[in-house]
Amino acid sequence: MRKQTEKNVFKAEFPAKSVNERFARSIVASFAAQADPAVSVIADVKTAVSEAVTNCIVHAYRDRKDRAKCTVYIYCSLDAKRRLTVKIRDKGVGIEDVQKAMQPLYTTDPDGERSGMGFAVMQNLCDRVKVSSRPGKGTVVTLIRAI
Amino acid sequence: MFPKGLVKMEITETKNGREVVARITGEIDHHSAGVAREWLDGMIENEQPPRFGMDLSGVTFCDSSGLGLVMGRMRKCGAVGSELFIVNPSAEAEKILQIAGMDKFLKIEKGVKV
Repeated sequence: MRKQTEKNVFKAEFPAKSVNERFARSIVASFAAQADPAVSVIADVKTAVSEAVTNCIVHAYRDRKDRAKCTVYIYCSLDAKRRLTVKIRDKGVGIEDVQKAMQPLYTTDPDGERSGMGFAVMQNLCDRVKVSSRPGKGTVVTLIRAI
Repeated sequence: MFPKGLVKMEITETKNGREVVARITGEIDHHSAGVAREWLDGMIENEQPPRFGMDLSGVTFCDSSGLGLVMGRMRKCGAVGSELFIVNPSAEAEKILQIAGMDKFLKIEKGVKV
């Protein structure tokens, strides 16, 4: 296992298109790979990132007709203690009640066959999940995982 | 093969007695789940088998969109009188089913030759 000695970061932004869900989890996984984590850890990170990015695409910009022009932002850092922090931000509708939104099986899109398990999955796979949101302004989901 | 170039997923259908098993390979996320849903629902509606299996042995990535895919197919199968079962889930698929607690009530068959 390679020792991480200094902090590293990257930023990315891309259109809120579902085809970019795979791209998003792949770039975070590639970035995290520099710490040489276990394969299972990379798998967990990819799944958590996919959940957060999908939320941006499915929920944050749901009322926007120009959804493909809306943007998802990722800020990712890896510190000297091998702690990976991934911030996934949108400028969408925001979440009125974050506590409620994080409850298992809660979804505002049952017709789209959303399971309502996105936040539960993120919480299960990460050491910490923080959600800050302002209705009408957007949401930041922060995923923290020791790798 | 799925019609969308970036979707690395394919479903093949095999009949084993009165069962229909759909094999799903590749990455199940929100992007690919919609296409998979159409294929699977077509199979369920056309065949209406007593038992309908989703073979997840070839799934290399699965997020909660996969849970939605399974839950939706469970409802679909129930509507036509079929019993849904999961066949040989990969580690990735099984983990997400376990996180959601779906392994407690889904019929999961491992070590099955299809």
